[in-house]
Amino acid sequence: MAQKQAVRRPVLATTGGLGKFWHDLINSRTAYLFLAPTLVVMGLLVVWPLVQGLYFAFTNVNQKNLGNKYIGDNYVAPSFKFVGLDNFFDADSGVLAFSSPFWGVLRQTLVWVGSNVILHFAIGLGLALILNRKIAGRSVYRVLLMIPWAVPSYISALSWSWIFNQNTGLINNSLRGVGLSGIPWSTDAVWATVAVITVNVWLGVPFYIVTMLGGMQSIPGDLYEASSIDGATTWQNFRFITLPMLQPVVLTATLLDVIWTFQNFNVIYLTTGGAPAGQTDILVTKSYQFFTQGRYSESAAYSVVMLLMLATFSIVYTRILRNPQEAK
Amino acid sequence: MATTQLNAVEQAKAKVGASRVQRQRILGAIGSHAVLVFATFIALFPCFWIVSASFKPKSEIDSSEISLFPKAPTLSNYSYTLFDNQNAIFWKWLLNSLIVAGLTAVLGVFLSATAAYAFSRFNFVGKKVGLMSFLVVQMFPLALLLLPIFNILNGLKLINTIPGLVLAYSTTAIPFCVWMMKGFFDTIPYELEEAAQIDGLGKLGTFWRIALPLSLPGISVVTFFSFMTAWNEFLLALVLMTGNENYTVSVGLRTFVDAYRANWGAYSAGATLVTIPVALLFLWAQRYLVSGLTSGGVKG
Repeated sequence: MAQKQAVRRPVLATTGGLGKFWHDLINSRTAYLFLAPTLVVMGLLVVWPLVQGLYFAFTNVNQKNLGNKYIGDNYVAPSFKFVGLDNFFDADSGVLAFSSPFWGVLRQTLVWVGSNVILHFAIGLGLALILNRKIAGRSVYRVLLMIPWAVPSYISALSWSWIFNQNTGLINNSLRGVGLSGIPWSTDAVWATVAVITVNVWLGVPFYIVTMLGGMQSIPGDLYEASSIDGATTWQNFRFITLPMLQPVVLTATLLDVIWTFQNFNVIYLTTGGAPAGQTDILVTKSYQFFTQGRYSESAAYSVVMLLMLATFSIVYTRILRNPQEAK
Repeated sequence: MATTQLNAVEQAKAKVGASRVQRQRILGAIGSHAVLVFATFIALFPCFWIVSASFKPKSEIDSSEISLFPKAPTLSNYSYTLFDNQNAIFWKWLLNSLIVAGLTAVLGVFLSATAAYAFSRFNFVGKKVGLMSFLVVQMFPLALLLLPIFNILNGLKLINTIPGLVLAYSTTAIPFCVWMMKGFFDTIPYELEEAAQIDGLGKLGTFWRIALPLSLPGISVVTFFSFMTAWNEFLLALVLMTGNENYTVSVGLRTFVDAYRANWGAYSAGATLVTIPVALLFLWAQRYLVSGLTSGGVKG
């Protein structure tokens, strides 16, 4: 590695400090050339929007004062203004005020993320453990179990919304067919939550099967040989070899899953649309709802809260789990 | 005498033990298959239900009686979706999706390959920060970017146009693609490129003639990934494409089943047509996707 660096950068600065910095910058110019197109596009459509989005959360922007559009040939300039933390803490309109719907939505979001990730992990791990054994037809099962991942998620969500439909859906039709009464999928908040979580569990398990199976297959076989000589049981093998060796894979997979589930718009929006009365809405769908209502500053404030939650979670999670000894 | 008796007992014991182990193994196999069959059933049933519904006449779809297979199979849903509905607009939606996904793939590969090459082959000021930021970008809620992206594209007069949607999609696909491509470039020995440079090839020439051809498997995975990202996307298309004729197929399909006039038969036909090609592609490519995910992540 050190050798390669020397080849790539034959002229090394001798003066340290600022002089070295400029020197390095000049030596980096080919790299920047390669990066330039990506940086321009990302700058225009990620960094700049991000800065704008963060700023919007501290303004009173809405559909009327957003501006930046043409009425006929006349350009309408933006006319919103900076309002500080009013979107967050104002007693009447702040999203974090006690009377705001935020807290209910937050609770629903936590239930949603928590139950999804736990169920994904438990079911995915269980199926991966079975698929990791030498059983007949293993590769066929493996491919078939991938199918929920292969279907576009908006199609899965819409299709499930039909299956769960309170009046015309397959489940309620079957229940009524055997003389039971239908389940209030769209009028009862708890049942609606069960429905959306079912859909997302169905969607998310294949990802875990693949990653866990990949992790298990990279565990060296001689570890199990050694433990079988010591007379270890299946449970001990699982508890003291498989689980610890899987830890890095589990850490990455669950972190990604938390991020994805937290921001999963399609499943909620297309399966229940927040019904009944917004009680299955999570922060993402609520933020989108404000967006469509033209309440842009509230939408941005919700997003900022989400960003802070995700960032905090990611940092704490990786810190604690990467060094379990130190955490203790 | 006594020893032979003892041996017989031992043997019998061993036999019982062996058959118990065997029985356990058989029971275990049966249990495993039972679980897998059940899981496979759950995984496949919704897909089966939609495909089956796509061949059912309206009377069967609206009936509260459950029929697993269509009793009177018909292609009327397909002909409605493809030809009768709003002057065959479904083809326009498909074409929009295809163009958007194709252009996203081209742009995504171009942008992620050049950037990943820089990260893999050069040392430069800000390299670590750059790589990390590509990872962190994925964490931003799309909802936060929604209004600003809308606003910027509005300023550029790109709302409700295909280039606007392609630009928006590329930015969501690029970060992941950069990491995957970097993983692929890292596996190509640098000596080849050094040799080419000694022979007088410039940096761009080395990238174009040596590194790119060698990373063709990586490029195909990234192409596939950006294509799928665009093909399967719903939210941005919903916000950015405001005219019916500019919808992509994801937004278009939903119009079949909005609250007021749900036509589940037509929806099922459309969903089946859209899903089968991409699902097959996906099943072929997913193993590369996962290995790309892990290899890119490990070699930070």
